[in-house]
Amino acid sequence: MKSIAELQALRDEMQGKIGIRHDSDAGVRVVVGMATCGIAAGARPVLKAFADEVGRRGLTHVSVGQTGCIGICQYEPVVEVYEPGKGKTTYVKVVPEMVPLIVSQHLVNGNPVVEYTIGSAK
Amino acid sequence: MVRSHVLVCSGTGCTSSGSQRILAAFDRELKETGLSDEIKVIKTGCFGLCALGPVVVVYPEGAFYSQVKSEDVPEIVEEHLLKGRIVKRLLYEETVKEDAVQSLDETGFYKKQLRVALKNCGVIDPENINEYIAYDGYMALAKVLTEMTPDDVIRTVTDSGLRGRGGGGFPTGRKWSFAAAQPKGQKYVCCNADEGDPGAFMDRSVLEGDPHVVIEAMAIAGYAIGANQGYVYVRAEYPIAVKRLQIAIDQARENGLLGKDILGTGFDFDLDIRLGAGAFVCGEETALLTSIEGHRGEPRPRPPFPAVSGLFGKPTVLNNVETYANIPQIILQGADWFCRIGTEKSKGTKVFALGGKINNTGLVEVPMGTTLRDIVFEIGGGIPNGKQFKAAQTGGPSGGCIPSEHLDIPVDYDNLISIGSMMGSGGLIVMDEDTCMVDIAKFFLEFTVDESCGKCTPCRIGTKRLHELLEKITDGKATMEDLDKLETLCYHIKENALCGLGQTAPNPVLSTLKYFRDEYVAHIVDKTCPAGVCKALLNIVILPEKCRGCTVCAKACPTGAISGTVKEPHVIDQSKCVKCGVCMEKCRFGAIVKH
Repeated sequence: MKSIAELQALRDEMQGKIGIRHDSDAGVRVVVGMATCGIAAGARPVLKAFADEVGRRGLTHVSVGQTGCIGICQYEPVVEVYEPGKGKTTYVKVVPEMVPLIVSQHLVNGNPVVEYTIGSAK
Repeated sequence: MVRSHVLVCSGTGCTSSGSQRILAAFDRELKETGLSDEIKVIKTGCFGLCALGPVVVVYPEGAFYSQVKSEDVPEIVEEHLLKGRIVKRLLYEETVKEDAVQSLDETGFYKKQLRVALKNCGVIDPENINEYIAYDGYMALAKVLTEMTPDDVIRTVTDSGLRGRGGGGFPTGRKWSFAAAQPKGQKYVCCNADEGDPGAFMDRSVLEGDPHVVIEAMAIAGYAIGANQGYVYVRAEYPIAVKRLQIAIDQARENGLLGKDILGTGFDFDLDIRLGAGAFVCGEETALLTSIEGHRGEPRPRPPFPAVSGLFGKPTVLNNVETYANIPQIILQGADWFCRIGTEKSKGTKVFALGGKINNTGLVEVPMGTTLRDIVFEIGGGIPNGKQFKAAQTGGPSGGCIPSEHLDIPVDYDNLISIGSMMGSGGLIVMDEDTCMVDIAKFFLEFTVDESCGKCTPCRIGTKRLHELLEKITDGKATMEDLDKLETLCYHIKENALCGLGQTAPNPVLSTLKYFRDEYVAHIVDKTCPAGVCKALLNIVILPEKCRGCTVCAKACPTGAISGTVKEPHVIDQSKCVKCGVCMEKCRFGAIVKH
């Protein structure tokens, strides 16, 4: 390292990688249903896709986690997005291909992808 | 992308309770379940709750698992990391509240703590410089080198009110200004990591959990006083600390944060480790410097002080590990911020190693002025087995005891001295009603007798005689004149010894005499040990009305001192009894008691 600018750049890069270690209640939580039903329906690749996409974009205000059975097994894989002060949005029958759109439209810009939510499910 | 971090404590405490096996188990399980790419396992420094080790924390949930065994790892991986179900049975019970995981900061152990020196301990991977940098590491050094003059640095440290955390409590800024005022030329920055007090492990934990903070602070000190070489003197008994510090130094060099032309500013600074052989006297500053020079570790008279003539006769700044750990924070957040923490004359926080008869054995950091009651009962969780608090010992062999009537005194440098103890480096040993205060004084004297370097007579011979007098008392052979002699000798040693070790060696005796004189008198006049510790004054007897004559005690006695016929009360032959207490443990009727 030859300059302070380099040190600051390294710090900013690294901060994105350790952000999950802060106990923050302020951020957006993405929760993937990972009970037996969810895993059987393909929740694992969805979880990984969310983690990858959030990491790639460096969204430090978003945490990605799992939960147990949400109770609507016929709609698995289920993903719920909790936003502080806004309640939750439930996405159903999620596949990895849907993830980039949810991340860019909802997590970045704050507009839920209505056609993927439980309200639009047939 | 990593979605979860598993932090496994790798401090010395958790390592000895098996955290390395847990690390290996996580590695294996994560590979088997195919989660290695998503879950990152990080070795960290001490979380502080050593009594509940090994400790594992999983983020983003912040689940705090305690007393984890390697057999528990498959369950954590399968349930928590794969399915997202926290393994409740392994959670630290204080963090579970109505089914929800509570933040660790809400628990009694952490609530009253404020972590400045230990900010990164248990948070970062100490063997990865990038994690330190992510938490603003080396930003203080960058700020100092680009925005501040050496005078600015010294003024900031002086204004912060930071005092030496090794025990003496000398203002750090003043120490630096003395060394800076010396003519230009070769100067040195040294770090005292020769933590020798029995029961103290603050400095070890900082070096193990956050070694870069010491490197950064020493470079800042080097810039402030005009030194380009530093030495960390650390005892060889701290192998994990030595290893991590060496890794940290190598990484800092590779990244251009040590060596020539740091961050392109033209400032040169380098650092080396010197290992000590674990002699207590080498924690004394002049003896430590003598030892770094390659000589036998013996103190020399002051003045000249090290700031004027220290290592190799050159101006030297020598600070303790914990003192350095505060410096980067002070530079980044300012002297005013630091001044707001603590009491009028003692600013900032202090790290204590809690040990002895206390529930939460471990490492705590509290603002100066926190009461001893809060430290022992709130943070420390009180005394085990419902016993009574008797006294707390601070300052190790140089310090004194604080009895229960002073539990509410705000802990800072000056208050502790006013009640006959001292801050010391931060060892805090809690004693309950089963502790004999004369025996404790004897224990510490035995330590100083062993550790006296022998250079000056008051310490070499004086402490030996002091120990003999204490032995006479605990053997029940002393007279009241001996008690006067004991006190006179204490003051004589205090006034005449060469270095801090000798000058403070009588403190454990003086403070126990001050607060527990009646116990000394009981040993001398009544020939009894009120706490039932001193064996020579102890008789173990069988209460005939309770004895059923079951013969268990007689079979267990290693010296054949117990005799009697079946179904008749037994008796102990006092001339054969060695007071081992095995018979008391074996008796099912509570018929055998200490008398």
